[in-house]
Amino acid sequence: MTTKKSKLFYFIPYSMWILLFVIAPILLIIYQSFFDVSGHFTFANYQTYFSSGTYLQMTISSVWYAFLITLFTFLVSYPTAYLLSKTKHKQLWLLLIILPTWINLLLKAYAFIGIFSSNGNVNGFLEFIGIGSKQILFTDVSFLFVATYIEIPFMILPIFNAVEEINPSYISASTDLGANAWQTFRRVIFPLTLNGVKSGVQAVFIPSLSLFMLTRLIGGNRVITLGTAIEQHFLVTQNWGMGSTIGVVLIAAMVIIMLLTGEKKKRGRKMK
Amino acid sequence: MKKTGLKWSNLYLILVFAILYIPIFYLIYYSFNEGGTMNSFTGFTWDHYKEVFSDTRLLVIVLDTLLVALLSSLIATFIGTMGALGIYYTKKRPMRNALLSVNNVLMVSPDVIIGASFLVFFTFLGIGLGFGSVLMSHVAFSIPIVVLMVLPKLKEMNDSMISAAHDLGANNWQVLSRVILPTILPGILAGYFMAFTYSLDDFAVTFFVTGNGFSTLSVEIYSRARQGVSLSINALSALMFVFALTLVIGYYFIMQHNINKKKKQRKLAEIEAVKMR
Repeated sequence: MTTKKSKLFYFIPYSMWILLFVIAPILLIIYQSFFDVSGHFTFANYQTYFSSGTYLQMTISSVWYAFLITLFTFLVSYPTAYLLSKTKHKQLWLLLIILPTWINLLLKAYAFIGIFSSNGNVNGFLEFIGIGSKQILFTDVSFLFVATYIEIPFMILPIFNAVEEINPSYISASTDLGANAWQTFRRVIFPLTLNGVKSGVQAVFIPSLSLFMLTRLIGGNRVITLGTAIEQHFLVTQNWGMGSTIGVVLIAAMVIIMLLTGEKKKRGRKMK
Repeated sequence: MKKTGLKWSNLYLILVFAILYIPIFYLIYYSFNEGGTMNSFTGFTWDHYKEVFSDTRLLVIVLDTLLVALLSSLIATFIGTMGALGIYYTKKRPMRNALLSVNNVLMVSPDVIIGASFLVFFTFLGIGLGFGSVLMSHVAFSIPIVVLMVLPKLKEMNDSMISAAHDLGANNWQVLSRVILPTILPGILAGYFMAFTYSLDDFAVTFFVTGNGFSTLSVEIYSRARQGVSLSINALSALMFVFALTLVIGYYFIMQHNINKKKKQRKLAEIEAVKMR
């Protein structure tokens, strides 16, 4: 139909983009991870990373925080997505869920600086009910709360889509065969929405490893994620080699997550 | 039992919506506060808005941010649409899947990795940091979104229309401009819109590649927020909220105008698919 030439023509700018902005940067960050501050080739960055307790501990705590954020997001989002699909005007409600994602993330973080501050409303409330004011801002709890808050819409969307795709006759069939509401949920609805949950986990877990602006603004540097460490090494201490090494670790973590939550492989189907 | 169950579920949804929206309205509410803090509302004032509009540095940054967003989404739409056409014409399945996976790399990468690797890349090539590097990065991370928005439209397109056009003597350029582009135009517009909002929204990537002289709104908000509460940021966020709201409403209005109801729901699903990257 269309000649080979015009096909090639379409590809020129696009493949330039792939080469320059997808492949080259990844290769460069791997390359950079083998150099020390003064520009000598070395494996020292990896050695430091894997032998020093601080980096490993930081990685573990970063993964742990990301896990907690993903878990809390899931716990809030699943019922929300499920109940949303049962409402009238669900497209409108869904739009209202998406709308906050169009508000700049930093503004939302900034709002929490006000809400959680020592004279802020949450502390006012705590004082009112007699607990007394507490340091909320710059703790890991506030970091987890704000990160969860920001990620919720990204978890709701894929789960909502998965719930919407369920053929209603499966549910009728399950009820007709004598399953109660809980059994229907556990044996029919949840397994069928598992792919939505997986893409939600993917959409939340990976960014949660790298939320450096939140750790700075809300976590007050008490929480250090992989992203914070990368930012620190690149923009503050200028140790690009070490920063790239952590970057490579983050890329590896990302690939692992993608494989674990990957596209509907048949075997992942059975769910207890 | 059923009735009370419904009530609880409504209560839960209301709670979730409240949590999602309270911080945003909290910000806007205190942007009118006469006192300088976000804690106690002492009186109504427009002062913080006046402050925003008299802050020339901030206004320059706003204009720069809009310029980067407009230009980068335009370029990204152009390259992305060509890429989508290229992928569409690639009939070999493994090759096509490989292209799609490569396309999605930047969609799933954490912003920090994109930012850091672009910083290394620009430094390696000797490209100075500033407007140019920010623009290039925004184009780069917007292209895959455009591809993802245009491809479904190409798949929906009826191939026999193209054969018909060829049979009727149209050359390649005519087929493209008279048949293909008009058909996929909604996808292209959606791609442009998404690229625009991504560019406006981006903080992390810009933060890495912005250098000293140039700043976008997100970066500026970050550095101001690190210094503590200043109600002019609240006023700015209220303005940005209204802007985002107008964009979204305008976008849905255009989309609603174009397509009938059944397709509208599809459209929404596509946007979600991209938004949830």
